[in-house]
Amino acid sequence: MTRIAYVPLGHRLAHMFEPLARQLVRLPPVRWLLTQVSRLGFSGKSLVISVPYVWLLLFFLVPFVIVLKISFAEQVVAQPPYTALLGWVDEKFLTLKLNIANYLFIVRDSLYWKAYLNSMKVAAISTLLCLLVGYPMAYGIARTSPAWRNVLLMLVILPFWTSFLLRVYAWIGILKNNGIINNILMSLGIIDSPIVMMQTPFAVYVGIVYSYLPFMVMPLYATLEKMDLTLLEAAYDLGCRPFKAFLRITLPLSIPGIVAGCMLVFIPAVGEFVIPELLGGPNTLMIGKVLWDEFFSNRAWPVASAVAIAILLLLVIPIMIFQHYQARDAEAGR
Amino acid sequence: MNEARRNDKYVPPWTDPKAEPYVRIEKVTKKFGDFVAVDDVSLNIYKNELFCLLGGSGCGKSTLLRMLAGFEQPTSGSIYLDGVDMAGIPPYNRPVNMMFQSYALFPHMSVEDNVAFGLKQERLAKNEVSKRVNDMLGLVQLAQFAKRKPHQLSGGQRQRVALARALVKQPKLLLLDEPLGALDKKLREQTQFELVNLQDRTGVTFVVVTHDQEEAMTLASRIGVMNQGRIVQVGTPTEIYEFPTTRFVADFIGSVNMFEGRIVDEDNDFVRIGAEDARCTIFINHGVAAAPNSTLWVAIRPEKVNISREPPPDASENCTTGIVQDIAYMGDVSIFNVKLDGGKVVKVTQPNLFRHAEETITWEDRVYLHWHPASGVVLLQ
Repeated sequence: MTRIAYVPLGHRLAHMFEPLARQLVRLPPVRWLLTQVSRLGFSGKSLVISVPYVWLLLFFLVPFVIVLKISFAEQVVAQPPYTALLGWVDEKFLTLKLNIANYLFIVRDSLYWKAYLNSMKVAAISTLLCLLVGYPMAYGIARTSPAWRNVLLMLVILPFWTSFLLRVYAWIGILKNNGIINNILMSLGIIDSPIVMMQTPFAVYVGIVYSYLPFMVMPLYATLEKMDLTLLEAAYDLGCRPFKAFLRITLPLSIPGIVAGCMLVFIPAVGEFVIPELLGGPNTLMIGKVLWDEFFSNRAWPVASAVAIAILLLLVIPIMIFQHYQARDAEAGR
Repeated sequence: MNEARRNDKYVPPWTDPKAEPYVRIEKVTKKFGDFVAVDDVSLNIYKNELFCLLGGSGCGKSTLLRMLAGFEQPTSGSIYLDGVDMAGIPPYNRPVNMMFQSYALFPHMSVEDNVAFGLKQERLAKNEVSKRVNDMLGLVQLAQFAKRKPHQLSGGQRQRVALARALVKQPKLLLLDEPLGALDKKLREQTQFELVNLQDRTGVTFVVVTHDQEEAMTLASRIGVMNQGRIVQVGTPTEIYEFPTTRFVADFIGSVNMFEGRIVDEDNDFVRIGAEDARCTIFINHGVAAAPNSTLWVAIRPEKVNISREPPPDASENCTTGIVQDIAYMGDVSIFNVKLDGGKVVKVTQPNLFRHAEETITWEDRVYLHWHPASGVVLLQ
């Protein structure tokens, strides 16, 4: 529910994650699967392409149409709690009733605007923090010896082996007033009274950065790892000091990884519900939470659907514009 | 430089004992763990030279080049450039530039920006940078490609961008790692001469690493042949080809027929060598400083052997006979593999002087091979 925004440009985003996908295809189980499929007489290419399309059709497009439909309905006390769009008049004419009141409502009520802007702010800051933490990590992993590389990559992925929810709960244990951090600081005598960290924006940022860091590290690693190191030698040779060479060569060449990583973090973070709900205070205003309340507390399905569609459009349009320009640059470049 | 070379009074710096070497490599050794990549190499390179380091893969030539660039530090020994000890000076502070084998062009920058990159590091004024970049692009005939990105260029154009980028900084020393390796044959031949001309016009000292002996022969003022981390011979292309000092060099540069033998008769100005596998006595018209009865080798280049169906007038020495086993017609020359009576196969090349020769030598013919007393090179090791 909170991750609708992922999917809209599946095929367009695909090329952004190409480095990651390339790593993935190298994995033995994936290779085995591809071999088996081709033995059955399917061309690997068409099959590989069709799978995500069928997936998108079933699990994105159909639910999306349903949500879109509900967003144009009216709220009623019934089961389901909204009116049908299509109806028969005199059992002869098919009528279509579109109700745009839900959209007008969320535009007029400042709560939605504020929640939306705040979500964007939280997601943007979290993305930036993820980038600042993730870039050195990815850089370090890409530049160590191949033996260490696998160990370090493993450590990045390791948290996925436990439940996401459990990991967020664990942060409560770390951050709360009698949690691990405060207990240690107090027993060392550094502080007298516990620092309030739980139910603050700080805790939300910690939670989001922690949870989404691997999504930033992996695409960054993939671009940094395949970079030709003789380019750096060439830069040194031309009189460029190492740090400047990083800024002029490594950083620009890792932009595709940065963009992919930022999108992977930013988009789900905008709609994030669980982390602000568990770690943030009751007045943390995020669009995912507003959506939840509309759905489950108010049973206002049409309004909630309108909110969902609005988030989606507001996220998709800038990304599509960006993609358009990037595709144009890529075409001009090649 | 060319003018100077044509001048009769021109004395090559390496024959002048008073000449100060520009690059002095002194007893340089480089080890990677237990592996000795460069083994106690001493070498002098003079200003304006186009020096080629020639050797097979893994002979240490690239490691030596990387030490000159500053990417590797010698395990022991020192390198002086223009009198300055280069020890501990990082690559970005050396007046040395390198053209990489892969060219290492920055893919996100235009041709212009690639060439300007080095100058911008020197914080030169903007118009100075653009003037020098334009001049350099003109010199390598790439002015109309200034705005293109590297992937929009052909291999030959990329090679010239790499060259321009390294030359534009007017380095004291330009290092080229297999500069023509990625080009196809025709382009390579053409570029060889361009490279020599460019070196003449800019007056920069070039050190070229290559595994291609033909490339080394056409480019170099002098060649240093390397094997297993050591320099085995240094000399002009002619010296290396005509007067190799070891069997390795004779064999590595061009092709050669090698006969093993012992001295049977000698004096100050001649030597006679009994060569069992050649099935004849080889007469050499100069003396040799070898212990009597020690084993030595005579190297004879295929193009210096005459082949005929009739025995030569004097068949007592420098003459042997065999059966034609293989013929390769190359257009300009033909290569004959002649099996001597003892079983050894000798390679002979003959220019095809006539479009249609009446008495062409063909397979299974019995032929006589003979050569001039000055053609054989005596090798002691």
